[in-house]
Amino acid sequence: MTDVAAQPGNSNVASATPDTMAWDSRARRVMMIYLPLACFVLILLFPFYWMAITSFKPNAELLNYKQHNPFWISSPTLAHIKHLLFDTAYPTWLKTTMFVAIGSTFLSLFASTLAAYAIERLRFRGSPYVGLGIYLAYLVPPSILFIPLATVIVQFGLFDSPMALILVYPTFLVPFCTWLLIGYFKSIPYELEECALVDGATRLQILRRITLPLAVPGLISAGIFSFTLSWNEFIYALAFIQSGANKTVPVAILTELVTGDVYQWGALMAGSLLGSLPVALFYSLFVDYYVSSLTGAVKE
Amino acid sequence: MSVTTLPSRGVALRQPNWIARLFDYKPFLIVMCLAPAIGLLTVFLTYPLGLGVWLAFTDTTIGQRGIFIGLENFQYLLKDPLWWNAVFYSVFYTGIATIGKFALGFWLALLLNNHFPLKSLLRAIVLLPWIVPTVLSALAFWWIYDPQFSIISYLLVDVLHIRSTNIDFLGTPWPARFSLIAANIWRGIPFVAISLLAGLQTISPSLYEAAMLDGATAWQRFRYITLPMMMPILAIVMTFSIIFTFTDFQLVYAITRGGPVNSTHLLATLAFQRGIAGGELGEGAAIAVSMIPFLVFATLFSYFGLARRKWQQGEAND
Repeated sequence: MTDVAAQPGNSNVASATPDTMAWDSRARRVMMIYLPLACFVLILLFPFYWMAITSFKPNAELLNYKQHNPFWISSPTLAHIKHLLFDTAYPTWLKTTMFVAIGSTFLSLFASTLAAYAIERLRFRGSPYVGLGIYLAYLVPPSILFIPLATVIVQFGLFDSPMALILVYPTFLVPFCTWLLIGYFKSIPYELEECALVDGATRLQILRRITLPLAVPGLISAGIFSFTLSWNEFIYALAFIQSGANKTVPVAILTELVTGDVYQWGALMAGSLLGSLPVALFYSLFVDYYVSSLTGAVKE
Repeated sequence: MSVTTLPSRGVALRQPNWIARLFDYKPFLIVMCLAPAIGLLTVFLTYPLGLGVWLAFTDTTIGQRGIFIGLENFQYLLKDPLWWNAVFYSVFYTGIATIGKFALGFWLALLLNNHFPLKSLLRAIVLLPWIVPTVLSALAFWWIYDPQFSIISYLLVDVLHIRSTNIDFLGTPWPARFSLIAANIWRGIPFVAISLLAGLQTISPSLYEAAMLDGATAWQRFRYITLPMMMPILAIVMTFSIIFTFTDFQLVYAITRGGPVNSTHLLATLAFQRGIAGGELGEGAAIAVSMIPFLVFATLFSYFGLARRKWQQGEAND
C-alpha cells in the first residue's frame, strides 16, 4: 500500500523542480493532482468496497477466485445478512449500541455545554486553568485507564451493564465537546448577553434563550462527534461488558461472530457493513458540521 | 391595610424567584455549571488514573484485594522478554506509522488544497476510514490479509504474476508487524489530511504570489512557506497522533491479538491480556503505567520540538 502511494510522490517532486514558473498545462495537472488523488481515493475506499462486495457474495464465489472474478459478484445473495439479522443477536447489539451512543452523547453534551458556558461566559478567577485541565483530560488515553476503571465499575455494581458505558464514555467526549463549544461561545457577541442582562434576564434564561440557539451549529457538531466516537468505542466496551446481549456492535462482531477455525467471512463482513452504515449515514447527513468541527478543534 | 399587603405582595413576587435568584448568584451558578463535567471527569478519569498507579504497586487480581508490594511488578516486567518485545513494537509501530501517516496525509492535504470539481464530495469521502468503527475496518483488513484468499496475494500472483506464492501476511512476525502498520496508516491518513488541509487554507495566497515573483520553485515554496506556516498545526496534530498510535489497541486486538507468537503485542494489548483476560490486575496496571513515561516523552518531543522551530521561523520571518 505504501509503495503504491509513494511512487507518484517521487515523480511529483521530480517534475516540479525543472520548470520554475508553473502555468499548469492540462497533462501536468492530471499527472500531479488527479492521478495521485485517484490512487488515494482508490486505496482509502477499497476496504469498504471489499467489505460490501464480500457481504453479498455467496460462499461458493467467496472462496473460489479461479472461476469467479473476485472483484465482482455474479450471483449476489442476501444470505449473509439474513443469517446476521435472524440467526444471531445482531438486532439486540444494534439496539444496545444505539442506546449507549445516544445516552452518552446527551450526557456529555449536557455536561460540556454547562462547563463551556461557565468557562467562557461566567469568567471567574482560574477559568482558563479549568479549561486547560479539561483539555488535558483529552490527552489521557483509554488504554491506560481501562484496568483501574474496570475495578471502579465493579465497585459501583455497574459491571456488564450498558449504563457503565454511558457513564464512562463522557471521559473522552466531555473534553472534546467542551473545547469545541468554548470556541463557539467565543464567536457569539457578548453584547447580546449584556442586552439581555440589562433587560433583567437571569443567567440561565440567557443561556437558554440567547446563547444556546446561537450555538446550535456547535451543538450539532459536538453531538455528531460524540455519537460517532461512542459508536466506535471498543476497549471499554470489551472490558466492561460480558454477556452477549449487552455487547455493542464492534465488540460483539469480534467476540461472538468470530467462532471456530473457519471464519464466516460473509457474515463477518455483512456485520461490519451494517455496523458501519449508521455512522456513515449520520456522517453523510452532517458532513459539513463534521469537517468544520474537526478543523475547528484543531485550530484552537 | 396597605402596609400589610405590600410585604405579602413582595413575598409573593419573590417566592417563585427564590431558585432563580440562587441560580443568578454567580459563584453558585459557576459551581453548578462545572459540577457535571468536573464530577464525571473526576470519578471516571482522575480517580482511575490514580487508582491505576496504585494498582501497579499491588498484587491485585480479579476478586482479590491486593497488598502493596512496591516495585515488584516493575522488576518483573523488566525481566520479561514479552514486555520488552511490546515496548519495541509499540515504539516501532508508532514511529513508522506516524511517518507514513504524516507523509501521505500531508501530501493528500496538498492535493485537496487545489481547485477541482466535486472537491467537497471528495473531502467527505476521504474522511470515511476515520469515522467508520476501527474494529470493523480492521476486520476488513483481516479478510484482506487472509493467508489463502487475500485479494492482494491474488493480484500479485494471479493477475500481475509478480510472485508465485501467496503472501503470509499475518502468520510470520515481520510481515504481520508491517501489515498492522499499513492498516494503521490507512486509518490515520484522513484525520491528518483534513486537519492539515484546514491549516493550509489559512495560509495567505499573497505569500505564494510574492515567492512566485521572486522566482521560487514549487519545492522552495513548499519548504520555505508551507512548511514553516504549518508547524503549529503539525505540532498539535502530531502530538495527538503519537499519543493515540502508541496506545492503540483496537487494530492489533482485532487483527492479530498480539500473535503470531506474541510478536505484535503493543503495550495496550499486553496490558489487556495480562490484566483483564488473565485476571492479574496489578501486573496489567503496571504495564499500562509503563506507557506513561513514553507518552510524556513523545508529547514533549513532538510538541516542543516542532513548536520551537515554529518560534524560530516566526522570528526570522518577522
